[in-house]
Amino acid sequence: MAVLAVVGLLGFGLLSKGEAQISVGERAPDRSLPLLEGRGDLAIADFRGRWVLVNLWASWCDPCRDEAPELERFWRRERDRGVTVLGINVQDNSDDARSFVRAHGLTYPHTRSIGDERSAAFGSTGVPENFLVDPHGRLAMIWRGPVDERLLAERVTPLIEEAR
Amino acid sequence: MTRMLLLVAGTLVALSSPVLAAEPRTNLADVEDEVMCPICGTLLELAEAPQADRQRAFISELIAGGRTKQQIKDELVAEYGPRVLALPRGSGFELSAYLVPAIAFAIGTLALALGIGRWRRRPGPPDGGRRPPPSDEDAQRLEADLARFDL
Repeated sequence: MAVLAVVGLLGFGLLSKGEAQISVGERAPDRSLPLLEGRGDLAIADFRGRWVLVNLWASWCDPCRDEAPELERFWRRERDRGVTVLGINVQDNSDDARSFVRAHGLTYPHTRSIGDERSAAFGSTGVPENFLVDPHGRLAMIWRGPVDERLLAERVTPLIEEAR
Repeated sequence: MTRMLLLVAGTLVALSSPVLAAEPRTNLADVEDEVMCPICGTLLELAEAPQADRQRAFISELIAGGRTKQQIKDELVAEYGPRVLALPRGSGFELSAYLVPAIAFAIGTLALALGIGRWRRRPGPPDGGRRPPPSDEDAQRLEADLARFDL
């Protein structure tokens, strides 16, 4: 009996640590998170009706540094056409994250996930990772890695254009 | 006299200033062996990644601000989440980390006590444990063996 209880608890522990499996077409994992700068919370659902490119990032991650200017350019180009970029800072020191945003002159909104709860919700295995969410809140693309100009032009933009 | 009063008042103010109140109450070594580097997945004192150095700097700032070890841990949880704590917290599922060994120990002790009690109460052999005397044949063989080894 005791052995069963211990095995059960261990099993529950392992399962509860498991990362979520998400796929295209499913509802995007969402939760209100505090803004990285300023007061207030933000969720993907707050942009319902717009396409949202969700970017999981951390200031210590080199590829995040490389893709940040691309994301900023994409945001500036597309924001008036119903597209938003939403950065979710994960596994990071908040001061470092704010310095990163300032250093790269990022103007799209950023929230901060404390701990790795959001990473787990997106089934994330590292940073950066990118998720395109359609205007109905469903995942249209999952890209587990950094985006660049080519990927944004060849994979992300066509998905948005097709739906217009 | 007024100058003397002002000097005394100034000294008292200086003594109660935040600078002196911010005497370190703990040190980095005392904290970093009890918290994790969540990015590195190891104990902070063993971590060598740049992120671990940033975490150490964060802790050092809090130490310089006069925070206690518990206050620093609370700040770390607010900054990095509960997984930053090397020891599980005593609530929720993490409580099982403390309860399971305690329950297993209690069950083991109880089982041992019951086993010993049952073993002690077990009835002995009907003749009180005495063995029957050896047969004549065995007795003769025993005598012969003893005689052979008799010095």
